[in-house]
Amino acid sequence: MQTFVEPDYLPALPELFLAGASVTLLMAGVFIGDRSTRLMTWLACVAMAIAFVMVLALPDERTTTFFGLFVVDGFAAFMKCLVLVGAAVTLIVGIGYVKREGMNRFEFPVLIVFATLGMLLMISANDLIALYVGLELQSLSLYIVAAFRRDSLRSTEAGLKYFVLGAISSGLLLYGCSMVYGFTGTTQFEGIAEALVTTVPGNVAAETGVLIGLVFIAAALAFKVSAVPFHMWTPDVYEGAPTPVTAFFAAAPKVAAMALLLRVFLGPFHELAGQWDQIVIFVSVASMGLGAFAAIGQKNIKRLMAYSSIGHVGYALVGLAAGTPEGIRGVIVYMAIYMVMTLGGFACILAMRQRGQMVEEISDLSGLSKTNPALALALAIFMFSMAGIPPLAGFFGKLYVFLAAVDEGLYGLAIFGVLASVVGAYYYIRIVKVMYFDQPTEGFDRPVGLELSAVLAGTGIITLFFFAYPGPILAGAEAAAAALVP
Amino acid sequence: MTDWPILSTVTFLPLVGVFFILLIRGEEKQVAANSRHLALWTSVVTFALSLVLVADFDTTTAEFQFVEFVPWLPEHNIAYHLGVDGISIFFLILTTFLIPICILASWEAIGTRVREFMIAFLVMETLIVGVFCSLDFVMFYIFFEGQLIPMFLIIGIWGGARRVYSAFKFFLYTLVGSVLFLLAILFMYLDAGTTDIPTLLVHEFAPAVQTWLWLALFASFAVKLPMWPFHTWLPDAHVEAPTAGSVILAGILLKMGGYGFLRFSLPMLPDASEFFVPFVYSLSVVAIIYTSLVALMQQDMKKLIAYSSVAHMGIVTIGIFTFTGQGIEGGIIQMLSHGIVSAALFLCVGVVYDRTHTREIADYGGLVHRMPIYAFVLMVFTLAAIGLPGTSGFVGEFMVLVGAFQSNTWVASLALTGVILGAAYMLWLYRRVIFGELTKENLKSITDLNWREVGIFAPLVSLALVLGLYPEPFLDVLHVSVENLIAQTRGAADLPVADVPERVPVPTLAALN
Repeated sequence: MQTFVEPDYLPALPELFLAGASVTLLMAGVFIGDRSTRLMTWLACVAMAIAFVMVLALPDERTTTFFGLFVVDGFAAFMKCLVLVGAAVTLIVGIGYVKREGMNRFEFPVLIVFATLGMLLMISANDLIALYVGLELQSLSLYIVAAFRRDSLRSTEAGLKYFVLGAISSGLLLYGCSMVYGFTGTTQFEGIAEALVTTVPGNVAAETGVLIGLVFIAAALAFKVSAVPFHMWTPDVYEGAPTPVTAFFAAAPKVAAMALLLRVFLGPFHELAGQWDQIVIFVSVASMGLGAFAAIGQKNIKRLMAYSSIGHVGYALVGLAAGTPEGIRGVIVYMAIYMVMTLGGFACILAMRQRGQMVEEISDLSGLSKTNPALALALAIFMFSMAGIPPLAGFFGKLYVFLAAVDEGLYGLAIFGVLASVVGAYYYIRIVKVMYFDQPTEGFDRPVGLELSAVLAGTGIITLFFFAYPGPILAGAEAAAAALVP
Repeated sequence: MTDWPILSTVTFLPLVGVFFILLIRGEEKQVAANSRHLALWTSVVTFALSLVLVADFDTTTAEFQFVEFVPWLPEHNIAYHLGVDGISIFFLILTTFLIPICILASWEAIGTRVREFMIAFLVMETLIVGVFCSLDFVMFYIFFEGQLIPMFLIIGIWGGARRVYSAFKFFLYTLVGSVLFLLAILFMYLDAGTTDIPTLLVHEFAPAVQTWLWLALFASFAVKLPMWPFHTWLPDAHVEAPTAGSVILAGILLKMGGYGFLRFSLPMLPDASEFFVPFVYSLSVVAIIYTSLVALMQQDMKKLIAYSSVAHMGIVTIGIFTFTGQGIEGGIIQMLSHGIVSAALFLCVGVVYDRTHTREIADYGGLVHRMPIYAFVLMVFTLAAIGLPGTSGFVGEFMVLVGAFQSNTWVASLALTGVILGAAYMLWLYRRVIFGELTKENLKSITDLNWREVGIFAPLVSLALVLGLYPEPFLDVLHVSVENLIAQTRGAADLPVADVPERVPVPTLAALN
């Protein structure tokens, strides 16, 4: 009889803490009731902050625990920090909305914490099963929050769509995982990587089988990062979900899914780089193109942000297509900057209220530079930054991924990418045009709220002055990339 | 030389002004008045400081001077690296000189959102000065492309009726060129391992690569300059921009294209530059003749001047690509002269536009009866634009043509027809606006230049004449740097340096008589 060996809990401390915290919050919420939502939200943020500190405090070298299911390294630490910041900030910007718009239920922050926990597990997954469990914990929580305004038709529709399509993608993922398991005989990432070098080559059936499995896994992950051609859910879900939830979708889960994508492609499937490279290049080109062109006709700003996020994923994937440590560094820097810009952009959208009602049309922004100059300035900074105009942060994101692409000789991809960014610039500056060149309408309700102002100021300053002090993010990303691609 | 970082001071002083303008509180009128004064004084002080550069400038060396070097992204070899040489210092001074004039010209013309306008202009100044003294490619690019944001806002917020269309066209056109330029920068960085411009100037790129890099750089500079057929954004942007916006566009922004060719294309990619000479010549000749003919047909004063700018820039590109001392120096002088003259012409249009709110040539006539000073000022600049000996326009055009004759007689002859056409459209414009009977009702009460406007034009008139009558001090500063540039270009392109002809002394009025 085998004896139970105690795993080393220490590397998973942030996750364990967050799991405990979420259960505690849930219990407390049940006893106190919905009036505790505000308190719960702040407590959830505090829990994430503590988890953040724990992530930072853990040693950086690569350690696995739970019998190889769970891995902690520099890459995981950096991505977890991003996810925790993204999740906490979206909770904070949502406070006002949650209170006003009938979402005042204590489950909301608790579900966000659960989703965040899922994301942390995804990032640290070192096994196909762990990957799946983390992904599902995240997804199931997200399905619920997407439909959180259950009286709103649009919100429930968004939740349902997301659920159905998400379930399909989970199915694809499981199918791919089982193929890979079947032909390599293991679910552990190291084992798969080893099998791809030792047993699989030369065996035509196994080669094909693993390849098909890889394609299915790639499709499922592309769905999670909303890359073309698996992006269809994005505009509808972004538009339908309550705005704080959309902000959350656009920030933390994207970063987590991208981290997972990087880990899976560069870890177990590193041997097949020649195969997945083609997939990544296609997905990247298609996402950049669609993100650039499809957003032009949008009238709803949340839909526009959805297409914009599709485009941004395309740019980030340019770095993965290069596959070098510089490329991975580019992806990480891009995702970090993308998250800051997105959080800021959604904070602006959350400030779009007229006479107590949320508005979402781009035309509602008319003349904002006169009615609310500070908000207009912030949104203009984010838009120019997303368009990649220097000296704003978005430019540096693009700089690093394209640098890696040019270095690897992917000239076609780089040229297509920069030209797509020009097309994309059109719709970003169109928003600036609406705010600055058009005549004002009635303007938005004021004040926008302390939390929103703080987040707007913070993200705006980071976006504007990134160039002056890029050191910490660049160095962090470099270390993270080095941990992933030695 | 002291250790004081004077280039950084000149570059970022306008931003200090922006900071103080942001602090202004009070009623709208008060805010507007204070921002005007603050912006003016900031730009005047910046100009004064930039004159210190001229005073301390050493004309005997082609090395970069006033160099500042601070590592910025050390792991990438990207640094905060500033410096000027005999070529860039002129553009720098032109910038700091024109900005106060722009601000003065907008004193009354801009009545709405004055604070934002002044901020946009000062930010522009920082970015433009940054372009001309950057010695690092990434920094250069950031300054170069960052200008899109304030310029987009200047055209779009304070522009004319079709301002939105023009602003978008300007933004997107320029951006397309710039992003290809960025890829070229990345490639050069990966090839040479640094983005340091002085290092790249002596780095040799493989000839096959040069062609592609040259085309990518050309995409950006040809749009910016603009060269035919990439010029179509220019008439739109010029016409719709507020007067000060047109001035800065024509006076400085266009010059960045020429500066780019001089600083990067020629010395860094000499083989490709040599290879593309016929291509550049063809485009330039077409630009000179075609846009001159188009200018003849314009009904709108600003549009006419905009098209004439394209023609003048054609002469500049011919001069640059002759690879001769006269040609390149002539091209630079032509750019400076155009920076003064076209800026002044746009200001002249602005003067009457402020009074009558029309730019149609047909709406004017007989202004000489009511506005004699204005008629004189416009005459000086019309003649300077034509290139009459004794004005700045002549020196540049003449030197370019001398250079061009040595390299290709046909090109020189065809370029000369442009000079003749230039005289035709400018004189015709002058006749229609200034001479004739004063019949239009709304012109009967038009007033001549006020003191502010005289103050704007006085330095411009004197500069146009000084540059025309006695260009020697300017050429002295240029000379060593241009020779160095030619040596770099020719040396690398395996052309015998002895090919460079002896420099013909530049004719001044005295010599002509």
